[in-house]
Amino acid sequence: MSAPILEVSDLTTHFFTRAGVVKAVDGVSFSVGAGEIVGLVGESGSGKSVTGFSLMGLVDPPGRIVSGSVKLDGEELVGLSWDQLRALRGSHIAMVFQDPMATLNPVLTIGTQMRLAISAHDKTSRRAADARAADVLTRVGIPEARSRLGAYPHEFSGGMRQRVAIAIALLHGSQVLVADEPTTALDVSIQAQILTEMRDLAAETGTALVWISHDLATVSTLADRLLVMYAGRIVEQGPVASVLRDPHHPYTAGLLRSLPATAKPGEDLFQIPGTTPSLLDPPPGCPFRPRCEHASELCTADPPLEMSRDRGVRCFHPLREMVSV
Amino acid sequence: MSGFIIQRLLQAILVMAVMSVIVFAGIYSIGNPLEILLPPEATQDVRERTIARFGLDRPVVEQYFYYIRNLLQGDLGRSYIYNEPVLHLISGRLPATIELVLVSVLGALFVGVPLGMLAGYRPDALSSRIIMAVSILGFSVPTFWVGLILILTFAVQLGWLPSGGRGDTAELFGTAWSFLTLNGWSHLALPAINLALFKLAIMIRLARAGTREVMLGDTVKFARAAGLSEWTIMSRHVLKLISIPIVTVFGLELGSTLAFAVVTETIFSWPGVGKLIIDSIKNLDRPVMMAYLMLTAGLFVTINLVVDLVYAILDPRLRKGGAA
Repeated sequence: MSAPILEVSDLTTHFFTRAGVVKAVDGVSFSVGAGEIVGLVGESGSGKSVTGFSLMGLVDPPGRIVSGSVKLDGEELVGLSWDQLRALRGSHIAMVFQDPMATLNPVLTIGTQMRLAISAHDKTSRRAADARAADVLTRVGIPEARSRLGAYPHEFSGGMRQRVAIAIALLHGSQVLVADEPTTALDVSIQAQILTEMRDLAAETGTALVWISHDLATVSTLADRLLVMYAGRIVEQGPVASVLRDPHHPYTAGLLRSLPATAKPGEDLFQIPGTTPSLLDPPPGCPFRPRCEHASELCTADPPLEMSRDRGVRCFHPLREMVSV
Repeated sequence: MSGFIIQRLLQAILVMAVMSVIVFAGIYSIGNPLEILLPPEATQDVRERTIARFGLDRPVVEQYFYYIRNLLQGDLGRSYIYNEPVLHLISGRLPATIELVLVSVLGALFVGVPLGMLAGYRPDALSSRIIMAVSILGFSVPTFWVGLILILTFAVQLGWLPSGGRGDTAELFGTAWSFLTLNGWSHLALPAINLALFKLAIMIRLARAGTREVMLGDTVKFARAAGLSEWTIMSRHVLKLISIPIVTVFGLELGSTLAFAVVTETIFSWPGVGKLIIDSIKNLDRPVMMAYLMLTAGLFVTINLVVDLVYAILDPRLRKGGAA
């Protein structure tokens, strides 16, 4: 792995609500190398989106980054002023969201939206901006890009719309692109196309991808490395193939068992018992303990992250011994 | 687009036709103008000549068609009271109302929308709370009372501004306008502020509500993620997203203020059409009432048409279905 372009250590983002402190992201550490694709997987409410927004410095109040560090190409982002962060957003670290219908402005042409995004960081003539916009649109697979600059988002199909959003995120050749479930709202066939294109783009431009998804199957076709998030923490990480073949954390194993592809036709799908815990004042210890069949006395304490070679797991009873071949 | 316009024009003609029937019937039924036109001691001979002169002996349907025929030829009749052509009467007064209303409604728009957006952008800031308090005042304090207080404060106590009249005017397009002279502006200021307060309150509310909603959405978040400055986001993204309801209410307010600026015009002795219509209702001056109400209806129809066209400019998604 090349030198990390993005280094996150002990990132902690809390939401200070009236009901109490919600520990949405609770000490997350990981790093991403240049051109690497990292999949951040977890259920709804596991804190994966908040992690993404924390990287961008875009956590909405009442949430804020409480502690930890996010280093982009060696530069510390946590603690930067809004304006300093603004100068980096879109140019060095960019983000695409789930629903392109909601992210693109319905009353502005995509040409206008792209010009606005270009002029946020570069002062260029309108003509040069248009040429650059058309060029990036072509790269994400939009035919006749030049003539489509005058079109409005509703004149594009869902997949094309998301391509436009991705093009906007790629306008400045960011080193890191955070993608928050960008294909969830799309047809399966379009999903596959966009996944492939994103992977090729990342390889071509050296852009590192942080791919946030609840869909383990999708991410595993795309990512080099997997981060599995549960209740605001990364419970397991490692190369995709290795994690899928040999999950160490009981939660990861549960997720894999619940994939429809692993079930026999006619058989009930496996479910992890229980529900995601509330992140509002969680009890100490392993957050997965109430749902875990391997839980013991030990688990009332916080399990540390144990790294061995390229794998990491936060569990007192990793499944290593039991499943190892 | 042209199909849409033609369709709307046909609708407008229909509305105007229906309005003319309702207005004519309404005015016909509220009283006989003879009682006011003639002195009590008028002889039978004078009575009959007057009736014949105004065509009041004809059946109502015939009177109506007679009126419409003249209307289509551009003849709105003569006022019973002033014995002047109605067209002349109204067009002499209309510019005064138009300039007062435009100054106040546009002022409310250009002050209210930025204030509302500011209040929606930082809903918890002290400035936002002050803006909202002002808007509540604008909603709840009656116009006539504000007008009187404005006169008491700025005209009587401080003596800064005149309390009434149009002041010096200058010619443009063959009519006299106050907004072309400095003295005219000093006369315009108080009535315009008086008239603008309520509209200002509405604009603030609308802009604030729209901004709050849009600020929470993904469009703003995505624009921020692309590194756009807050100013660009507000002025390019948010302003356009919140503009449709604002344009709607702007149109409605423009129409209703043109038609019903009566109270303010009365308080500030502003020689607009509001004063004229009040006088004509008191005197049962049928041709003036009729012309005024038809004008008002025409105004609303026109403004609504323009507002619909502006929608299509503002929101591309509304253009497709336009011809349907």
